[in-house]
Amino acid sequence: MKFAVVTFPGSNCDQDCYHVVNEVLEEPTDMLWHDNTADLSEYDCVILPGGFSYGDYLRTGAIARFSPMMESVIEYAKNGGLVIGICNGFQILLEAGLLPGAMKINNSLKFVCKHIDLEVVNAETPFTNQCSEGELLNVPVAHGEGNYHIDEAGLQELINNDQIVVKYNNENPNGSMANIAGICNKEKNIFGLMPHPERCSESILGNGSDDGYKIFASILEYVTKRGENNGR
Amino acid sequence: MDYKVEIEILLKESILDPQGQAVEDGLEKLDYNNVSDVQVGKYIELELEDLASKEEASKQVEEMCQRLLTNPVIEDYTFEIEELEG
Repeated sequence: MKFAVVTFPGSNCDQDCYHVVNEVLEEPTDMLWHDNTADLSEYDCVILPGGFSYGDYLRTGAIARFSPMMESVIEYAKNGGLVIGICNGFQILLEAGLLPGAMKINNSLKFVCKHIDLEVVNAETPFTNQCSEGELLNVPVAHGEGNYHIDEAGLQELINNDQIVVKYNNENPNGSMANIAGICNKEKNIFGLMPHPERCSESILGNGSDDGYKIFASILEYVTKRGENNGR
Repeated sequence: MDYKVEIEILLKESILDPQGQAVEDGLEKLDYNNVSDVQVGKYIELELEDLASKEEASKQVEEMCQRLLTNPVIEDYTFEIEELEG
């Protein structure tokens, strides 16, 4: 399979994502610069990495959402392409309207940076099929605006359509509604999450967890299966 | 005509504002015990050039607020437009 990682001005987790999918997963990966458009149809998955796109001016992700590459990402996603947005990537997906809801500043008003336990709520997405429902993943968070908000009707819709993919288990680091840490769209091909699975995908990093690997392994599994079913 | 625009952006009333809450707590520590409903928002000033009328300016500001300046999911906005001399 083939991955693409989009770099925005201020992205700082792009190389980490590249490392995980290219070196750990050993899948071919291209780095794409935000200021171009591209035909993304040759890719099996596009990653919007974490960081501070445009310095988070105005609102996190608000200006990155208008980068030319996002036009390509929106078209790709609407055609069913797999997109995963991590941290700032999640914020960009919300601002782009590819996922519902919005981010507020953390309730604590502090930037939180720590390992937390994530509970897998839906293990039947392209991004979590290597996990089991209720499984806990120990993954780091690092953000100042991860306080996910949506109106009551929107929340009910997320619940009804099994769009809540991961939620915070014991402690909620930002005050997000319903302890939401990551959601997908109705069609399940777009996934946004605040925690950083790319930072805990190898035990060699010595931070006590390689649980993040399961997210990337799930994508690989999904794409491989899809390829087999298509007779590729 | 040229116009000066002042835009105020606040979180929607139903949404808990963590910054506003912190400021309210700070004021209470200074013994201002009669303060409530503090909201911290954004204020944006800008100038618009070469528009035919205030209505046209208003239409453009409305559009800019919807597309970029605010996130309509969580924020409300109001604005004032003033015609610039000369």
